[in-house]
Amino acid sequence: MDTNLKHKLMRYMAGNFSCQEIAQLITDYLDGSLTLGDRVRFHMHLGLCFACRNYLGQMKYTIETLRQLPPDPIPQHVKEELLERFRTWKQRQPQPSVKPEIE
Amino acid sequence: MPAYFHLLAPCVGLEGWLCSVRFLFRPPLIVPVRLRIILLFGFDVSLTFQRLPISPSSLTLLDRVKLDELGLVRALQAGDEQVFSAVMDWYSGSLMRLALSFVPSRAVAEEVVQETWMGVFESIHRFERRSSFQTWLFRILTNRAKTRGIRESRYQPVGLSASLGDTDEGPSLEDSLFVTEGSRMGHWKDPPDVWEPDTPERVLLSKECRATIEQAIESLPATQRQVIILRDIEGVGSEEVCNILEISETNQRVLLHRARTRVRRELSPYIQGDNT
Repeated sequence: MDTNLKHKLMRYMAGNFSCQEIAQLITDYLDGSLTLGDRVRFHMHLGLCFACRNYLGQMKYTIETLRQLPPDPIPQHVKEELLERFRTWKQRQPQPSVKPEIE
Repeated sequence: MPAYFHLLAPCVGLEGWLCSVRFLFRPPLIVPVRLRIILLFGFDVSLTFQRLPISPSSLTLLDRVKLDELGLVRALQAGDEQVFSAVMDWYSGSLMRLALSFVPSRAVAEEVVQETWMGVFESIHRFERRSSFQTWLFRILTNRAKTRGIRESRYQPVGLSASLGDTDEGPSLEDSLFVTEGSRMGHWKDPPDVWEPDTPERVLLSKECRATIEQAIESLPATQRQVIILRDIEGVGSEEVCNILEISETNQRVLLHRARTRVRRELSPYIQGDNT
């Protein structure tokens, strides 16, 4: 297909969203905060545009990767110190089951 | 009958029930359950069986802590040291990461995390479960880190401008990817290359890739960094993030979007390079 014609089709048939707008709306889309009309137009554009589908997939992949990023463990000495403080705190609580009045 | 329980439970949808860890921190209760399964043949079978005590080896303490919030809070209130230790293992890394986005140095961040835990066991009795434990924890950290960040900045004015002074204004990163004038306005200047990545688990096994992502996040402006850490890495919901960071919903989404776009861009050469 003539690229110009394709771009015109994309502009007027695919819900009037440009690729740039799609890219900007991805987070709204993933959060489910698009209005119904926008959502439909978003899908219409995706149906016609490989680049945007690809981009959406990459964003999803990025999010998925971030979700699985493991945290660094805290240094052992910090943990020891905290546990120590926890014990001191516990000793100060005479009866843990009764609500203490800490203010 | 009890011998087959583990086979039967998933079939009748009792998996979750069996795994409900609400009782885990107490002696196991015997709960008789009467089940009526109507079979295709037209007659019913009723079964009576007991909830099995879950063997301690099947779940680590950490699993229980993750699964059971009520039990967790109660155990902390009762001053259970083992649980506290497990909770620290589970959350401290996350807290550290978030703290680093507020304060200029690692040493200060460590102190903030310590202060947070102190705050936790001092006020755990007042925790009313209006929000999740995780949100509450991040909230405490944010408050302490903000105070600390302001105090630190008196001595290190550079730290202030780097951590608090960014406004997140300016054009989005994406703008450079699109044609901005002419008939092709709004279209891809250069469509993104196709990624054929491994699963995220396998990608993250490589140290290089992890470092790339960590760096990308570190280089973000502070607020973007906080939002992406909470939303994407820790998986906190958008409403809760707004609550923790005290920003508006729209603002949060804009920040998140910018942060994600940036991280995607940093990740892109790595994943493509990986496949060539």
